[in-house]
Amino acid sequence: MNPVNGVDEPAALVEVRNLGIGFKASGGVVQSAVRDVSFAIGQRSTLALVGESGSGKTVSAMSILGLLPANAVVDPASRILYDSIDLLNCEPVELRGIRGKDISVIFQEPMSSLNPVLTVGDQISESLRLHLGLGRRAARARSIELLDEVGIPHPHLRIASYPHHLSGGQQQRVMIAMAIACEPKLLIADEPTTALDVTIQQQILELLAGLKERHAMSLLFITHDLALVGEIADQVIVMRNGQVQEHAPVREIFESPRHPYTKALLACRPSLERRPKRLPVIDDFMAGRGHAAEDEPPRKMGGPPVLEVQGLAKRFRVDGGLFRKAWVDAVRDVSFKLEAGRTLGVVGESGSGKTTVGMTIMRLHEASAGRVLFEGRNLLELDDRAMQPYRRRIQIVFQNPYASLNPRFTIGQILLEPMRVHAIGTDDGQRLGTARELLRRVDLPPDALHRYPHEFSGGQRQRIAIARCLTMKPDVLICDESVSALDVSVQAQVLNLLKDLQDEFGLAYVFISHDLAVVRYIADEVLVMHEGRVVEMADSQTIYMAPREAYTRALLNSIPRGYVPAATAAAG
Amino acid sequence: MNAAVVEAASPGLWALAWRRLRQDRLALSCLVVVAVFVALMLASMAGLVASDWEREAGVTYARPAFLPRAPDTLVAASAAAAAQRVPMVDLSDIDPLAPRYEEWRQRAGQLSATLPSRSETLPLGGDQWGRDVLKKTIKGSEVSIMVGLTAALIATLIGTLLGALAGYWGGRVNDLMEWVYNVFTSIPYILLILAFAAVLGRGVTTIILILGLTGWTGVYRLVRAEYLKHREREYVLAAKAVGVSHAKRMFAHILPNTSHVVLVQFSLLVVAFIKTEVILSFLGLGVPVDVVSWGTILAESQDELVMGKWWQLAVTGTAMAMLVTAVSLLTDGMRDALDPKLR
Repeated sequence: MNPVNGVDEPAALVEVRNLGIGFKASGGVVQSAVRDVSFAIGQRSTLALVGESGSGKTVSAMSILGLLPANAVVDPASRILYDSIDLLNCEPVELRGIRGKDISVIFQEPMSSLNPVLTVGDQISESLRLHLGLGRRAARARSIELLDEVGIPHPHLRIASYPHHLSGGQQQRVMIAMAIACEPKLLIADEPTTALDVTIQQQILELLAGLKERHAMSLLFITHDLALVGEIADQVIVMRNGQVQEHAPVREIFESPRHPYTKALLACRPSLERRPKRLPVIDDFMAGRGHAAEDEPPRKMGGPPVLEVQGLAKRFRVDGGLFRKAWVDAVRDVSFKLEAGRTLGVVGESGSGKTTVGMTIMRLHEASAGRVLFEGRNLLELDDRAMQPYRRRIQIVFQNPYASLNPRFTIGQILLEPMRVHAIGTDDGQRLGTARELLRRVDLPPDALHRYPHEFSGGQRQRIAIARCLTMKPDVLICDESVSALDVSVQAQVLNLLKDLQDEFGLAYVFISHDLAVVRYIADEVLVMHEGRVVEMADSQTIYMAPREAYTRALLNSIPRGYVPAATAAAG
Repeated sequence: MNAAVVEAASPGLWALAWRRLRQDRLALSCLVVVAVFVALMLASMAGLVASDWEREAGVTYARPAFLPRAPDTLVAASAAAAAQRVPMVDLSDIDPLAPRYEEWRQRAGQLSATLPSRSETLPLGGDQWGRDVLKKTIKGSEVSIMVGLTAALIATLIGTLLGALAGYWGGRVNDLMEWVYNVFTSIPYILLILAFAAVLGRGVTTIILILGLTGWTGVYRLVRAEYLKHREREYVLAAKAVGVSHAKRMFAHILPNTSHVVLVQFSLLVVAFIKTEVILSFLGLGVPVDVVSWGTILAESQDELVMGKWWQLAVTGTAMAMLVTAVSLLTDGMRDALDPKLR
């Protein structure tokens, strides 16, 4: 039965009581990471821990297995009870017997969680032989069964593969096979689908739900994405700043959330159904100003194009051996027009070539064929010197705000450099004025000028990167997955900022993203890419409401839609 | 106000690094130690100190002044010899030279010879010829510090420059650099040094050139790898998108991000080169015999140690250890100062 009512809930499998964890910083100061967290994971049920980065969700879950960093300090009043053993105070030997056997875990990055020099079979067999004492042959047979169960094709061949032979989705399946090898009673899944494409994400979720039923396991599912939780969880805990904000059955969370933070999380995520003018942000809700803005009517198209791409193609040379040349077509025959002040969304899964399109337009890669016309001038023909004046007109904001700012430059240096290169402003005094004005525009304090990138959060850094582009007053801004690495609430802020800037400066955006909901919010036109080709291109209304191509429909169907009562009933 | 802001915003990486270094007590005291060594070396080169290091100021193996006087075996031996002396026999009747003694005495009286007064002790002891060990060490630092610091500087510069070029440009430039690197590393080290020495002749400058021109390979390899890694980073791509020139991307953007590698390599090279100079001098490829260096001093003091005369080894060894430690800790401090994440 589905224990949503809390009445017929069976005895808890794992019970966490008053968990408090801090981290010892330099100088012996203990900074609290998790405070007074209590929850119970029922038999055969799924508990979801939801929160943004820094909310303490991973720390809470990892403390169950004792997988905490060396500088962690656990509050002596904390208890984690499993089978009447306190996991926080038991002998390491005892814990080792439980780890991997009764409680196992899968991580976010399957590529770094698998050992690259051991075959898949060796890695699955290891825990079988360790915990269950199986012999070599029996372990191998069981490994093949497990690979078959997690949906790897040709398991008897794949067992001899190395991790790099497998795709990201298959690697995560192998991780799951390892985790369920010893029939654990509890499986902890720490953001298991975050690094995967939407279509793969959907498959993995279905696999996990199926395995949970078949093996009568409990699942502790950690994620930042509330929408995912609706499809898989029975109970949901929303965490923020190390504290539990709301703990309720999944239906209540989605249908009648009580805590303003939960409401905010639900509202700031762009949805496929609606297209509001502005996204609400967390602060609105925390201040009690939570409200949904009105929908924005589709904007008129048909102005003169500022950027026109014709038949763009990019081949990469790959290593084909000593005397052989092998080529990979990353992008084939991509064409589009972008009007001033409008946004083109480019969507596709990883490997679809969408990032390469952006890089090639910027000439960060040289194109193999095609033309990029900016105000009628083909940028791909220009030499470095002739390209220079156009560089300031087209700018790019990258995905990873932690990598796109030079860690050894102050924000002042980062903002002044483009103006110095392009001789914008008469002297540094004037340029500093501009920089301070732009910092104000992207909601950063003026003293940021003297600080270094690492002193800022991800969202703030992304705003700095945007400010750097704005120093040159570009006409076209390419946003390459610019909000993908950000938390939902921060994502909403940055998306709002991008919209405001578009209205203010008449910027045209090429918005590259794997996230269809975000593209739905920001784009006027959408281009769907798959394996380097354009699958479909139309205005955003048409793509989302009446997609023509099968691939577009498949992509749209795999987006998590939050809590749908019928779906949960079917799964339960 | 505006001028103040300009002043506050524009200090570059190095100015900020210096500001941070000044707050690091350990690094600062190491800087002082290194500065004292370099100052002494320069003063000695200019002849301000230790210019009379060759004067035989003390008796052979004069004891350090701070040691209590031990019973002197030499004096005791001569006293014993005096005690055994027997009365002399007058041989003037049969001595064929006897008539000339008076003449010689007169001629000797016309010459005045002053024997230098040799002191029994010296501040930090004396060597085999009674030369002051302290002055000798200062004089020896000329060669050793000069060789260590200058050669390490040259090697680091060459390695960094070539590594930056190879890593940043890749392709043909990289192929060429790799070829040069492979040729250099494939020749046995001592043979390579012999070849350079044969062409350049002997002398301090030669040693510096030899070590500088052969020691860059390790720095090159590491810096190249760093550049390979960094040139694909998004902040470098962003700089390219902004239109920043190649030279600025290489040296203003990437170089500061590889400075930790360069600095650590530099400090390792300083230590290694001071030691290599010892080996080279020992092999006869180093400094000429009439020049004193820490290397030649250490070679001498091996024999002295057997005789219990430890002070020359102790003084030179301490000086060397202090300098090497100070250089290592200083580069450590510089590395931290250059990393804005470590405040």
